[in-house]
Amino acid sequence: MTALFELLLRMGDNTLILGHRLSEWCGHAPVLEEDIALANISLDLIGQTQLWLGLAGEVEGKGRTADNLAYLRDAAEFRNALLVERPNGDFGATLMRQFLFDAWHCEQLKALVESSKARVAEIAAKALKEATYHLERSSDLVVRLGDGTDESRRRMQAALDELWSYTGELFLDGPTDDALDEAGVAPPPSSLRPAWDAIVQPVLAEATLKAPESRFAHKGGRRGVHTEHLGYILAQMQFLQRAYPNSIW
Amino acid sequence: MSSEWPLWEVFIRGQHGLNHRHVGSLHAPDAELAIKHARDVYTRRNEGVSIWVVKSNDIAASSPSEKGPLFEPANSKVYRHPTFYDIPDDVGHM
Repeated sequence: MTALFELLLRMGDNTLILGHRLSEWCGHAPVLEEDIALANISLDLIGQTQLWLGLAGEVEGKGRTADNLAYLRDAAEFRNALLVERPNGDFGATLMRQFLFDAWHCEQLKALVESSKARVAEIAAKALKEATYHLERSSDLVVRLGDGTDESRRRMQAALDELWSYTGELFLDGPTDDALDEAGVAPPPSSLRPAWDAIVQPVLAEATLKAPESRFAHKGGRRGVHTEHLGYILAQMQFLQRAYPNSIW
Repeated sequence: MSSEWPLWEVFIRGQHGLNHRHVGSLHAPDAELAIKHARDVYTRRNEGVSIWVVKSNDIAASSPSEKGPLFEPANSKVYRHPTFYDIPDDVGHM
């Protein structure tokens, strides 16, 4: 079933690319506590990737493993949203990206817990526990930095302004989504928007931040049309398997 | 930045323990985030079921320089250790 394969790639590629982005903070975060917290979240996401891409490989039935899918596909075959490949920027931008993603991630996983595909529902249930904590943490930090000093507020607002136009893509419906909806595998992405707004808007209000009015959305991730940033991520992430094929340790 | 955040002492109750035990300290802007940081820093390997944090400044501690007056007087009072008593065999293991 191609639609299911697509869904699994989207889930796994989102967590893989964001997990990789967060891992770039390792050793560079502003304080030790945040350094460890970001590494933990990164590992949670990469763990979820193994489950999603592992199942994707099984569903595809061509003998590809999670590792094959992660390390041996080129950018055009990746199905992650553009949001997660955005550069880390400053700590505030990383947190804002995380918050906007976490809110979507939780709603998407809650929906998938009800999936007609038992394996999808099981992975979603496991991932939801982790994502719930991620959202709690990122919400707390967005409020504290937004409603913080003049400088932290300025940085958080700048991050929100920059990232907002990358959130709309998460809620776009396509032909694949119709098939998934009819089969009861996953509801249409657009149906998650009200719940996402209900999470995001109160937190932004408490953080004294203002989301842009525009609903303009950059898109392309689901068709494999990515920003140039994904190429750099893959160059670093895939180097070893490309240069030394099949090496293991 | 870290110098602006107060220091917190972290106490964790382990899987099988009844008491919270001191495990270390960390920096955090407030209590809620101190607990989240403690979760991330000190419970990565399933160490605990409950976390307490307290601002290091709020802990009143005895001074190391008072060690003599505080603790040495107990050294010469061996009779406080009940090791002299003959315990009847009937009592068994104590």
